[in-house]
Amino acid sequence: MDVFELFISAIFVNNIVLAQYLGNCPYLGCSRDKGTAIGMGFAVVFVIIMATLCTWYMQHSVLVPFGLGYLQTIVFILVIAGLVQFVEMFLKKMVPPLYAALGIFLPLITTNCAVMGVAILVQREEYDLVTSLLYALAASFGFMLALVLMAGIRERLETCRVPRAMAGTPIALIMAGLMSLAFMAFKGMTS
Amino acid sequence: MQQLVREFTKGLWAELPPFRLVLGLCPTLAVTKTADNGLGMGLAVVFVLALSNVLISTVRHIIPKEVRIVCFIAISASLVVAVELLMQAYAYPLYQQLGIFVPLIVVNCVILGRAEAFAAKNGVLLSLADGLGMGLGFTMSLTFLGGLRELFGSGTLFGMPVMWEGFKPFTIMVEAPGAFICLGLILAGMNALGAWQARRKKQAVPAVSSGCACCGGCQSCEGRK
Repeated sequence: MDVFELFISAIFVNNIVLAQYLGNCPYLGCSRDKGTAIGMGFAVVFVIIMATLCTWYMQHSVLVPFGLGYLQTIVFILVIAGLVQFVEMFLKKMVPPLYAALGIFLPLITTNCAVMGVAILVQREEYDLVTSLLYALAASFGFMLALVLMAGIRERLETCRVPRAMAGTPIALIMAGLMSLAFMAFKGMTS
Repeated sequence: MQQLVREFTKGLWAELPPFRLVLGLCPTLAVTKTADNGLGMGLAVVFVLALSNVLISTVRHIIPKEVRIVCFIAISASLVVAVELLMQAYAYPLYQQLGIFVPLIVVNCVILGRAEAFAAKNGVLLSLADGLGMGLGFTMSLTFLGGLRELFGSGTLFGMPVMWEGFKPFTIMVEAPGAFICLGLILAGMNALGAWQARRKKQAVPAVSSGCACCGGCQSCEGRK
């Protein structure tokens, strides 16, 4: 039951984009069409889970035992940057079809604050490994959900007449605001 | 000297990071519940941005081109750790208020964007001017947005009540939707202002900001269309 609640709350109630303001750059930048959004979404799911796994082990096998907690930021970002680079090379060599689908998104993900954000959040909440991974999975699904919904709306918007000054980012931000308002309605779902 | 002034002032209006270049949106949205928080976050970014620009432009000839991004990240991450420790020591309430967005300064696109676009190509003094200007522009924007949201969301400014008696605060403004909508309206206002100025000077209307300036990976987003 707890796991279920964690899952639902991470996807809907505390949606990583719409309630926690993480990963806004790709959310606004890569939501022009649904294909791109789905590709980016899967790349983020993949990297967030891998990054949470690596940083969790890093925290609990190196940083905590040696009392280096204050180096968390620098270690995590370097682990994530290295991991993304490694995943890119691995996919290119071993799974070319997957690389063709996700490859172009990977370099951007290093500076996606959702990845680093989830890695730090699970440490602050002091989750154990399984809970951390579940939270990472749910949070990244939440990201993908928001991204794909946004891409769907923006595709429809192409045919609408938007005031000139509002075209592009401003209207996207206002739609994000309305979506976030809608997602606030999920707040009653968890205690 | 003239160039120094120009690099400094461009960040204050012409290339205002969050409102014109649409850079660094996550902290802009997240920490602007109050003007205080916006100001604090902005000052932390000024510190990191100015110093990282100086350091990066100092070592720009030594760093091999292939690994420059990782080097930039390492430099800015060290500075962010310094800011974290300083804030824990001298501004602990602010540190708690800003939460995970203090360590996340490291992935703020303003820092990496300026390192890549400016500090890696220019001298130390120019980079310092650019970093300070962009940082102050970021601070101004965050304080403005924070002030606006605080004013309507809780009827105060920097913690002092300023609205008339019986004012009912719009709570939505300090929640997530308020942040998105406020920023959207400000960006629309900036676009309208830019278009109006251009018309008055009888120039071509500038292109509306595209919003993907943040990641610089235009290839991945635009190329697929």
